[in-house]
Amino acid sequence: MKLFEHEAKAIFRSVGIPTPNGILIHSPEEAAGAYSKVDSNQVVLKTQVLVGGRGKAGGVVFASSGDEAMRLSQKLFSMKIKGEAVHSVLMEPKLDIRRELYLGVTYDKSKRSPVVVASSSGGVEIEEVAKTSPSSIVKQWVDSYTGFPAFMGRKLAAQLGLGGTLLQDFGQISSRLYTLFEAFDADLIETNPLAITGDGRLVAADARLNVADDALYRHSDLAKSERDRLASASTLEARAHEMGVQYVELEGDIGIIGNGAGLTMATLDLVNHFGGRPANFLDAGGGSSTESFLKALTILNDNPKVKVIFVNILAGITRCDDVANAIVTAQRTLNTSKKFVIRLAGTNEEEGKMILKQHSFNAYSDMEEAARRAVVLAGGAE
Amino acid sequence: MAILVDSNTKVIVQGITGKQGEFHAQQMIAYGTKVVGGVTPGKGGSTAATSVPVFDTVDQAVKATGANTSIVFVPPPNAKDAIMESADAGVQLTVVITEHIPPLDAWKAIALASKLGTRVIGPNCPGVVSPGKSKVGIMPNPIFSPGGVGVVSRSGTLTYEVAYQLTRAGLGQSSVVGIGGDPVVGTSFTEVLAMFEDDPETRAVVLLGEIGGDAEEKAAEYISARMTKPVVAYVAGRTAPAGKRMGHAGAIVSGTEGTAETKIKTLELAGVRVAETPSEIPRLLAPSLR
Repeated sequence: MKLFEHEAKAIFRSVGIPTPNGILIHSPEEAAGAYSKVDSNQVVLKTQVLVGGRGKAGGVVFASSGDEAMRLSQKLFSMKIKGEAVHSVLMEPKLDIRRELYLGVTYDKSKRSPVVVASSSGGVEIEEVAKTSPSSIVKQWVDSYTGFPAFMGRKLAAQLGLGGTLLQDFGQISSRLYTLFEAFDADLIETNPLAITGDGRLVAADARLNVADDALYRHSDLAKSERDRLASASTLEARAHEMGVQYVELEGDIGIIGNGAGLTMATLDLVNHFGGRPANFLDAGGGSSTESFLKALTILNDNPKVKVIFVNILAGITRCDDVANAIVTAQRTLNTSKKFVIRLAGTNEEEGKMILKQHSFNAYSDMEEAARRAVVLAGGAE
Repeated sequence: MAILVDSNTKVIVQGITGKQGEFHAQQMIAYGTKVVGGVTPGKGGSTAATSVPVFDTVDQAVKATGANTSIVFVPPPNAKDAIMESADAGVQLTVVITEHIPPLDAWKAIALASKLGTRVIGPNCPGVVSPGKSKVGIMPNPIFSPGGVGVVSRSGTLTYEVAYQLTRAGLGQSSVVGIGGDPVVGTSFTEVLAMFEDDPETRAVVLLGEIGGDAEEKAAEYISARMTKPVVAYVAGRTAPAGKRMGHAGAIVSGTEGTAETKIKTLELAGVRVAETPSEIPRLLAPSLR
């Protein structure tokens, strides 16, 4: 779960990582009042959205009067950034930035541990820096017993060519950032840029904190706000999330239900391979019951773009008869006009196929034959 | 031979009195796996529905049964503790089925296990099977057959799909290993590839990758430098859009990183034949098994 910049900054401040003193506004009308409270004539207005690339999309602007702040806010609040509406704007004093650094913590899959990453080229995507100037990036992997004490941060600072109080502050800030990484079960925490100001201080000019979804159960306060932020997502995606179903909406007309992420992805790819266009990714998960399949079918039925529903199940823990019962019930209760293509294999395959046959459904054993059929029914080329 | 598990594997089931643990203990026994006991703290001294003895601690279970392998079904809040307990008791291999373990817990548990010399497979994985010998996992029993193809995968059901197709094409498997789709897992593609390279029974290898991360790229590096056996790969997620997580926590394309396209290209450059569809895998494998 991604946190908004203003939320992440409040958390940074709580452990003593310096950030600008900003004010969050929820409408353009609040802009003039907020401007008079910010301790600077020059302010920056930053849209609070969860997607990346906000700056390039024009979601960060500068103002030097209350009127200007209000005028610009009107524009910002009417924006959609990569489809995401703007509900709040953070107003901060404009920093006098001399240099921009990068500092972040994430998991390094190949080393199986967290890694603290710092770079002397901040202010741009770190992935971009990794490509264009990899030598400007320094890293320190974290041991589960030692954590990340300040001296390790000073080591990184020295490698970046920092000295004096900057080196000392960098050690403290990076150690505190790592503490937050653990405390908030983050899978990514970063400040980009970590600014060096004209008066020689380090300030987290931007802040990102993504909490690992699997750890939300022990951050119930954060989990609650997840509900609100989902309200702005596609409503079907929000509903699926509530049901505990993995659902991603795409552009096509063939609705897809699979069990297991890998197989579901492979099903999308196969439909695409035969010239069809998947409408979604929906992983019903392992061990799904009739009820959960019925919910999954309801979600696809409610998507008007879907012409064909392609169910691809290779049952291990899942039982084919449960899936068959869900399909039969869905057809009866949802009164659907969508066409079904069903592939069933694995546990209780015969029982499942029998149930479908009694209700005049045909079921395939082979996933490719089924995918071809789905594409033909949707009217796509094969 | 085979890798990781074979007829000498003696398994204890952590979480054996839970619904999943009980069901899969039965399935493993039905497959022929030597399941020698289970552990559920507080229920020691009882007998599981599978009629194997239940212990309070892994230590007791290992001492009483001589188990060398553990499989973990314990729910996420207690999974870290369970993995560390198995390592502390000195099992060689711990297979973690549990999904949704917070990455912080997975990392710390795996770090301790590696310090104590216990190999961890998973978490969030389907387990390991060496057909005809032993299954330590949750895969459906009938889809496997013994033979010379090693399979390593980041996914669960996709592994079943491919095993099912291999078996139907008459290509048996030496071992099938699901390493799991989480950000932190105990065993990598590369490590499993090295085991297959050293296993005399394995004649060719199938690698099932997916979008996100750089595990496939690392595997390609290893294959090109060290591997003599033929490798066929499949990468799921060609149609995945950037920035959307496709089920697995690790399965996400961020910007231009982790796309199926770059993975396929890197694997092909390493001499791996990459299948367009799962059904192409047996076809690509067949020549190297003649």
